[in-house]
Amino acid sequence: MTLLTRRSALKLGLAGGALLATAPMAMAQLRIVVEGANFQPLPIAIPDFASSDPTFGREIADIVRNNLRRSGLFLPLDPASLPVQVGDVNGTPDFNVWRTANVDALVMGSVERGGQISSSVRVWDTQQAAQVVGKSYNTDPNSARRIGHIVSDAIYEQLAGGTGYFDTRVIYTAESGPKANRTRRLAIMDQDGANVQYLTDGSTMALTPRFAPNGDLVTYMNFADGNPQVYLLQLSSGQQQRLANVGAMTFAPRFSPDGGTVVFSVEQGGATNIYAVGTGGGQPMQLTSGAAIDTGPSYSPDGGRIVFESDRGGSPQIYMMGAGGGNAQRISFGQGSYSTPVWSPKGDLIAFTRQSGGQFHIGIMAPDGSGERLLYSSYHAEGPTWAPNGRVIMFFQDPGGNDGPRLMSVDIWGRNPQTIATESYASDPSWSGLRG
Amino acid sequence: MAIPAPISTALRAAAMLFFVVVVAACSRSSNDAVGLTGAGNLGPGGGAPGSQQEFIVTVGDRVFFTTDSSSLTSEAMATLDKQAAWLNQYQNYRVLIEGHADERGTREYNIALGARRASVVVNYLVSKGVNGQRITSQSFGKERPVAICNDISCWSQNRRAVTVVQ
Repeated sequence: MTLLTRRSALKLGLAGGALLATAPMAMAQLRIVVEGANFQPLPIAIPDFASSDPTFGREIADIVRNNLRRSGLFLPLDPASLPVQVGDVNGTPDFNVWRTANVDALVMGSVERGGQISSSVRVWDTQQAAQVVGKSYNTDPNSARRIGHIVSDAIYEQLAGGTGYFDTRVIYTAESGPKANRTRRLAIMDQDGANVQYLTDGSTMALTPRFAPNGDLVTYMNFADGNPQVYLLQLSSGQQQRLANVGAMTFAPRFSPDGGTVVFSVEQGGATNIYAVGTGGGQPMQLTSGAAIDTGPSYSPDGGRIVFESDRGGSPQIYMMGAGGGNAQRISFGQGSYSTPVWSPKGDLIAFTRQSGGQFHIGIMAPDGSGERLLYSSYHAEGPTWAPNGRVIMFFQDPGGNDGPRLMSVDIWGRNPQTIATESYASDPSWSGLRG
Repeated sequence: MAIPAPISTALRAAAMLFFVVVVAACSRSSNDAVGLTGAGNLGPGGGAPGSQQEFIVTVGDRVFFTTDSSSLTSEAMATLDKQAAWLNQYQNYRVLIEGHADERGTREYNIALGARRASVVVNYLVSKGVNGQRITSQSFGKERPVAICNDISCWSQNRRAVTVVQ
């Protein structure tokens, strides 16, 4: 029922999801076990969605198929090979036909475009001859692709557990031009790379955008004033303003989980310390002190602690402190240096960038520093951000030389590295929460 | 079996040639900045006394740092001594100290590292008598490299603080 609750938020003209009636609702056993060395993606049959506009029906089914394939947890079967080419959301499937075709998981959907876009979907367990889930959704007519993402999330949640992450956006730094004089501006897109919009014009360098929990406010580093300074940008109005007037340079901003505070770095005379200030203004509160570089702060999901990087011990390492500052404890102890710690929205893990052995690595560890695992390694890779379900990490990697950075994702089991297609070079991804 | 001498010599010559090409490629941008190829120059190493070009060519406008360090090397201090003497002689100029890092660090850390390098240079120039009111500084992190390649020959040129005479 969490799904229904979340979708029932009516912001952005999105109507609530409703349970489809009828059909046997036996507790199905069909479920992906996401962990383990012998993991195999679940084959799943998704015929085109039924629609009075068959092209539209195929388009939405393609979005769902691509999302599930890119997750690495599902293996959507070739639609042309299926015994049924177009979904039927009203009837009960002929389970024998699907079992004969070796299909265990079957998605039947329909979609129509009217005053709103409406989609219904049923997921069937053909072995159990039972429905796993049946739901219907409405979105406003300008968000055709969103209905595909919302349906994808419903399927993911039922079969893979946890929450989905497809109805989300990514804000990032779009880069173009020669490396020695590169233009860097903010851009936003759907998590699958669609619907790109540029938010700044590139006349001044803009870096490290991060979403507020509400998905409308963004904080980033803007070079408009000479030295970089932290700015707030409201997406819905396009209005922006400088966050605080403190020190010579402010950077590395990130929102608190309630969205009311930004934690960031302040440089003065070569020393960099961590401060926090309310998004509405006020006096910034200093959280660390000393001559070292303290940067990359990130709140725990409960807002009680801050993880950050510091070179106070010589090389950059990860430290933990209370949200009020003071008494920081080092938690990273491997070879090389550690930076850009980011707390998982589930609270169980911290993602980081590690440099060792001449390589950059994207890794994860528990908040006490135990259980470190490296998920991806290359000449350069940095800047992890979490999908809202805490299972997928996006980051950027740069092959070096005259080439430029690209966005990539990998799951927390180190599986399924994927490049996210962008029309320009791209860096500094920040993943939104699920859209309400 | 020993390699015949002529081949060994040829290999060494080829290696030397390769080295020269790499160095030339990596230092190109700084030459461009100097404008050595421009018409009307006094020639390499020239520049009218008190001119910005003299500062760049004769005094030296930049100092370099070792990996993840903001400590001044003896070579860097020698360059900054010359910068301070020149700035103390020509009081009409203001200077911007740009701090830069190489690409072997993360973006935010390198922004801070560039600021720390710039700060070290500012403090050194002030200690040599340059009025702090004439000096501003800015960090560019790793965002504005001058040398582009995938090895140490470039990284060492990008770890720099540049004194821009204004």
